[in-house]
Order: sequence, then structure tokens, then C-alpha cells
Amino acid sequence: MEELLPLFPEQASSLAASVDALYFFVIGVSVFFSVLIAGSLIYFFVRYRRREASQVGSPVHGSVVLEIAWTVIPLAITMVMFGWGAKVFFSLSRPPAGATEFYVVAKQWMWKFQHPEGRREINELHVPLGVPIKLTMTSEDVIHSFFVPAFRVKADVLPGRYSTVWFAATRPGRYHLFCAEYCGAEHSRMGGWVTVMEPSEYERWLAGESPRRTLVATGEEIFSQRACNTCHRPDTEVRGPSLIGLVGKQVRLTGGRKLIADETYIRESILNPGAKVVAGYEPIMPTFQGQLSEEELVQLLSYIKSLGKSAGGESAR
Amino acid sequence: MKNTAAAPDYLNANYGIWSWLLTTDHKRIAILYLISVTFFFFLGGFFAVLLRLELLTPAGDLVQADTYNRLFTMHGVVMVFFFLIPVIPAVLGNFLVPLMIGARDLAFPKINLASWYIYTVGGLVTFWAILNGGVDTGWTFYTPFSTTFSNTYVIATGLGIFITGFSSIFTGLNFIVTIHRLRAPGLTWFRLPLFIWAHYATSLVMILGTPVITITIVLVALERAFHIGIFDPALGGDPLLFQHLFWFYSHPAVYIMVLPAMGVVSELVAAFARKRIFGYEFVAYASIAIAVLGFLVWGHHMFVSGQSVYAATVFSVLSMFVAIPSAVKVFNWTATLYRGSISYQTPLLYALGFIGLFTIGGLTGLVVATLGVDVHVHDTYFVVAHFHYIMVGGTIMAYLGGLHYWWPKMTGKLYPEFWAKLSAMIIFIGFNLTFFPQFVLGYLGMPRRYHAYPEEFQVLHVLSSAGASILGVGYLIPMVYFAWSMRYGKRCEPNPWGAVGLEWEAASPPPPHNFDQIPVVSGGPYDYADKRNRGG
Repeated sequence: MEELLPLFPEQASSLAASVDALYFFVIGVSVFFSVLIAGSLIYFFVRYRRREASQVGSPVHGSVVLEIAWTVIPLAITMVMFGWGAKVFFSLSRPPAGATEFYVVAKQWMWKFQHPEGRREINELHVPLGVPIKLTMTSEDVIHSFFVPAFRVKADVLPGRYSTVWFAATRPGRYHLFCAEYCGAEHSRMGGWVTVMEPSEYERWLAGESPRRTLVATGEEIFSQRACNTCHRPDTEVRGPSLIGLVGKQVRLTGGRKLIADETYIRESILNPGAKVVAGYEPIMPTFQGQLSEEELVQLLSYIKSLGKSAGGESAR
Repeated sequence: MKNTAAAPDYLNANYGIWSWLLTTDHKRIAILYLISVTFFFFLGGFFAVLLRLELLTPAGDLVQADTYNRLFTMHGVVMVFFFLIPVIPAVLGNFLVPLMIGARDLAFPKINLASWYIYTVGGLVTFWAILNGGVDTGWTFYTPFSTTFSNTYVIATGLGIFITGFSSIFTGLNFIVTIHRLRAPGLTWFRLPLFIWAHYATSLVMILGTPVITITIVLVALERAFHIGIFDPALGGDPLLFQHLFWFYSHPAVYIMVLPAMGVVSELVAAFARKRIFGYEFVAYASIAIAVLGFLVWGHHMFVSGQSVYAATVFSVLSMFVAIPSAVKVFNWTATLYRGSISYQTPLLYALGFIGLFTIGGLTGLVVATLGVDVHVHDTYFVVAHFHYIMVGGTIMAYLGGLHYWWPKMTGKLYPEFWAKLSAMIIFIGFNLTFFPQFVLGYLGMPRRYHAYPEEFQVLHVLSSAGASILGVGYLIPMVYFAWSMRYGKRCEPNPWGAVGLEWEAASPPPPHNFDQIPVVSGGPYDYADKRNRGG
């Protein structure tokens, strides 16, 4: 029966239960009011049926007290929904510090994943149980949306910028991965599976493939191949600004504007370096538009982010 | 004031095709719209039939994925832009606004006729695009898919919507001026029927919102045709800008569909309980509140889009606010039945159906307005079920209720009561069987716009398709007996329901200029108690 006609999705992430509790609260309130209204309608319908053809209704015009009551009470209840909903939303939106970072590139019609250890997968994602995992995602073409119902997480994946989603799986198993934003002909086949494994098993699975370079190491290689290091050097800031500890830091641009250097800013600065130049530097960097794939961009990004970590004394994974 | 039987009514005042195609009589224009929107309703319904047939099995086996994508897109485009948005204002509103305020026509009769022609031209352009292969972007036209990636008739379909938008603007403008300028002597604002209040609020949304979708379509066409970077990041654009512009119109558009429906329901409840609407002023103000707040909630379509979490928080709280005036209306309709004189006629069955289904649609709106839950249910069948409860359970139930209630006014004929009651029940049952399982499917994680789906969702999909076949039969029956009654229906009295309201003071069907003498109004809109005192 359960397999033929499931009525409720599995809970397989640390936040699934809190989403469901909130859902049950809203549904509970809804059922209460639906029954109240339907019950009143049916009762009045029968009780006050017309008994003779010329009969008219009683002159009941209204009641300010009732109007205030059925404005204020629903308002108060919806404010509870709002507050509770915002609390759950913030915990869904903000990955815990130290979450392991995976990278996702979506395209028509597949999901491409890169583990920090360098292993890559398509339409399959293996993750260790209990470890908070943050996905940094971008798209090569149209908007997609990463959706794992068992984890109660969803986030749109856009071209030209990075979005994130995070989860900590709580039950080993295989769970549906769907694309939730309509993306063209094979939208309904742009899915796959997320496999949650015990950490030890996950380590064995990672090791099962011939040894690979980590994302950071690959990124470092691109960094030198593309000669980024001729200007962005740790020892001098003459031609280009230092990249150490850049991610999450506030930077001042030419013209005085300030912004927080996030992943999308770094991506833009690689592809369109003249757009937002750091104050004090000439716009001399060449563009890498069309020369780096989205995968290479996230490898570079993970290298640049690792520079911040070692400088801050935070140990790498 | 009653016309003699010999005086010509608007239907037989003159004959011939040109007397219809060049008419400026708001009642005839309403009939023209009735024919046009009915055509588009069955066209959109035809697409829905194919969709539900495809979804009977998990494999995408009846039609190709490309075809399926075109089908759901055209179902949405046709139903939203060519049926749901115009249906109540253009048919019932056109017919009744002048009658209800004691006017001989709308303020601009020629603009009214022009609005029907514009609607028809827009509809034909989109129909042409459909016949040539259609469009596959979803009715939401999200960029950059629609501007850069789709190989279908995006611009032609958009052009149809662009053109039709002007008919909406014309209708809204006409209603606003008419309601301000042409009210009968003594008909103060708080003596207006709630149908008029609702149409006034709707008209505000039409003239303020529609230009935004019109501009947005132009921008999509510019990017698609000339690669001007507006929405596609590859061209330097911003895809979220499109979503903001699109929903800035398309969320209020939901209120263009549902506000007039609420107006209809107020009339039906008052007429069949023979009672003033409980808390009349609050229901009137609630329409205005919905129209205003409706413009401030568009971002709730974008909670997982990548907009900032703070923007999402603001849109969530505003969306909670917009639920309140809707709730106030539901409570007031319910309270109106208290100590009423309730007659079990078909229009009231539809009104009760509306209240029940709209309540479920509204309450599940709270589920999707609640941030933490919306992340999970966004873009799933939960949302599909929610908005069908509002648009089909709400708007179409009210429209059918109104059509039955005013049918004697429009045609002078009665419809067969037995078949009418039967089809109202079939529609209610079929509707719930179609869309209730979709709430369950959505929470399970079934995404919308899927041609093929995992096997475990099949039982719920089969239930939904079975319900849709019942619903389809329910919609065909009224179509048949309305057509039948125009020729064979029993002639009715001018006021078969014993209802009050200026529209019932004119003959049924009314003469071309509605009133020989403009009525003078001395009381509120639902004075049944006074009527009893007068012995009438």
C-alpha cells in the first residue's frame, strides 16, 4: 500500500521534521476554518430554508464586534505562520559554518556534481550521512531548480550567478532529485538520485576511483596555467589586488561603491573584469569569457576560497 | 416602469449580422464576449483533456515531450489570458454594470465595442500561433528560456497577449468612468451592489497592472528578436528582472479573476437568502483592500528564485495581509445566511460551491505564503492544486452561478432546473476529485510541468484524471441546456427570483436602452426587509 499509494514523503534531512511540523500547523489551522465555515454554511442552509414563497430574510445588518474579531484573530494566526515560516526559512537558507562545499553545474538536461575531493558525477550525487553539505550551483543555459523532496530543500539554479542550498542527510538511502523549474523539452527527465551513505562507506566509495586531484588543486593548476598568478600574487599587490581572504570581504570599487565579494562577484570579475574594478587598480585584466567552462570556473573559485582559509588559519578539510 | 410585452427587447430590436457586429449596446457586446470566451474555454479545456490523458501513465507515452510542453503552455495561456481574465467582467460585467446602476449604457459604448474587437484580434493572433505549432515556454514565459532557447512561436503568442491587454484596459477604463459618472439619482457609493464595488476594484487592477505585462512582452520580443540584453545573463541581462515584471502584473491578475467572482457571489447570496449582505461596508472595503494589497505581494512567486531572503520575508508578511480581506468576505457571506430565507436554487448551489472551494484555495494560499513550507511545495502540484482551487473552483463556479442567475435577465428564458442542479453537483464532485489529489502529490514532491513521472505517483494521477473526466461532463451539460433553452426554454417572468436590484426593474430581456425612465434610488441595494414592509 505504502509503495502503491504514498501519502507523505520520507524525512531524510535534519530540517525535514521542522518543515513538516510547520506544514501540519498551517494545515491544522486550515482544516479548523474549513470545517467551521462548511459546518456553518450547511447548518444555516438547512435551518433557515425558505418555508413560504414570499418569506424574506431577517433584517440583520452586521456587527462591528464580529468584523473586528474575524479580522484580528486570522491576522494574529497568520502572523504566527509568518514568524514560524521565516524562522524555518532562515535555517534552510543559511548553511552552518564549516559545511562541506560541493559544486553543481546544471544544463539542459543534466546535473553535474563535483566533490571537493575531485570526484565528478552526473545525475547521481553521493553524500555522507550527517555531514552538513553546501551546494554552490550555477547553470550553463536556462534556469533550473535543485529539488530533493526527502530533504525538503529547493533552490533555483541560474545562469550567470551562484546560488546555494544546504542539507545534512539523516537517513541512508536513495532519494529523488528533480529539476523543479521548467527548462525545456526534457525537463521531466532532468533528474536523478541522491544517495546517502554512512561516512565510512562514503570514504570507500570516494577511494574506489583512481586517485584524483582535489578541486582546490585543480583550481590552482588552472590559476597558474592561465597565468593569473603573474598579477594576483601573494607577495605583491602592484598589478592586481590580493585574493587572500577575498570571499566574504568588503571591497571598495573605483568610484567609491562598496560591495561584499561573493562567488558571483568573483565569477563576474573573471569573465568581465572591467565591470567592477577594485579601487586603486587599472582595468588591465583581460577577459576570460568563453575560455573557461563553468566547471573550471568553480574549480578556480574553490582555489581562491581556499586562499582565504589558509590565511585565516582555518584548517582545510 | 415595466415594459409592455410588445416593446422590442435588445435581442429582437433589429436583426442581421451587422446589427450585432456594429452594435454599441453593452448587452449585445456582452453576448459577443460570451460566445468568444466560451470558444476559448473549450479550446483551453481541450488541451487539459490531453494533459490529463498523458498523465494517466508514468511513462511519457501518449504524446512527445515537446508536444506535452506545448499543451500545458497553451492550456495556461488560453485559460488565463483569453478566458479567466475577461470572463466575468466582459460578459456579466458588461451586461450588468449599466443595468445595476440605472444607466442606459456604459460611458463609452464605442470603446466597449472596440474592446471586443481588440480581444478577438488578440485571440486570433494567439490562435494562429497555436495552429502553427504553438509555444512551449509555460504561460509564465520565464527568461532566458523564452528569449534565447525556445524554438517556438513566443513572439506571436506574446503579440496576442499584448493586443488583448488593451481590451482589458479599455474595459477597466469604461467601468471606472461609468461607475463614477452614470449612477442613477440617489445611488450613492454605499448604495451600490457589491458586484459594482468588486468591478470597480477589478478595473483599478486592470488599468494599473496590464501596462506592465504589455511592456514586459515588448522587452521579451526585443531580446528575442534583436538580442538586446535585458533578461539573458549571457547578453548582460538579469533573468530575475523578468520574474519581477511578470509577477507584478500576473499576481494582481489573479485578483482580476477572483474579485468579480466575489462580486457575483455577494449578489447570489443576497438574492437567495433574501437578505442584505452581512457587514456590507466591510465586504465593499475588502474589495478595495485586495486590489491595493494585491500589488504588493508579487515576490511570493520568487521565494526560491534567488531573490534576497529579506525581500522574501517582506513578501511573505504582505501575502499574509492580503489573505485577511478575503477571509473577511467569506465570514460575511456565511453570516449572511444566518436567519435568511434560503431558497435551494442552482445559482446558490454554485455560490456555496464557490465559498467552499475558494476557502480551500485561500487557506492553501497560506501554505505557499509561509516561507519555510513554500521552499518544499514551490513549483510542485501543490501549487497547481492551490491556484486551480482559486481560478477554477473560485472564478468558474462564480461565473456559472452568475450565468444561471442572470440567464433569465439575458434571454428571458428559464434553464431546466433539474439538469442545472445535477450539473452543479457533478462539477463540484469532479472538481474536488481532480484537484484534491494534487495537494497530496505536491507535498510528496511531484514537480509541475512533468511529462513523465516516477511510478509511485501514478495512483494519485489516475484519480485526478478520472475527476477531470467527470468535471468535463459537468461543463458540457450547461453548455447544452443553455443553448437548448434559448430556443425551447420556458418564458420567464421579468423577475423570477423575486430579487431586488435595479437590473430586475428593467424588463427581461431588457429593451435596448434598459430603462424608459431612469430610476430614482432611495435605499440600499439589498432592502428585502423594506420590500416586505411595502408588501411587495
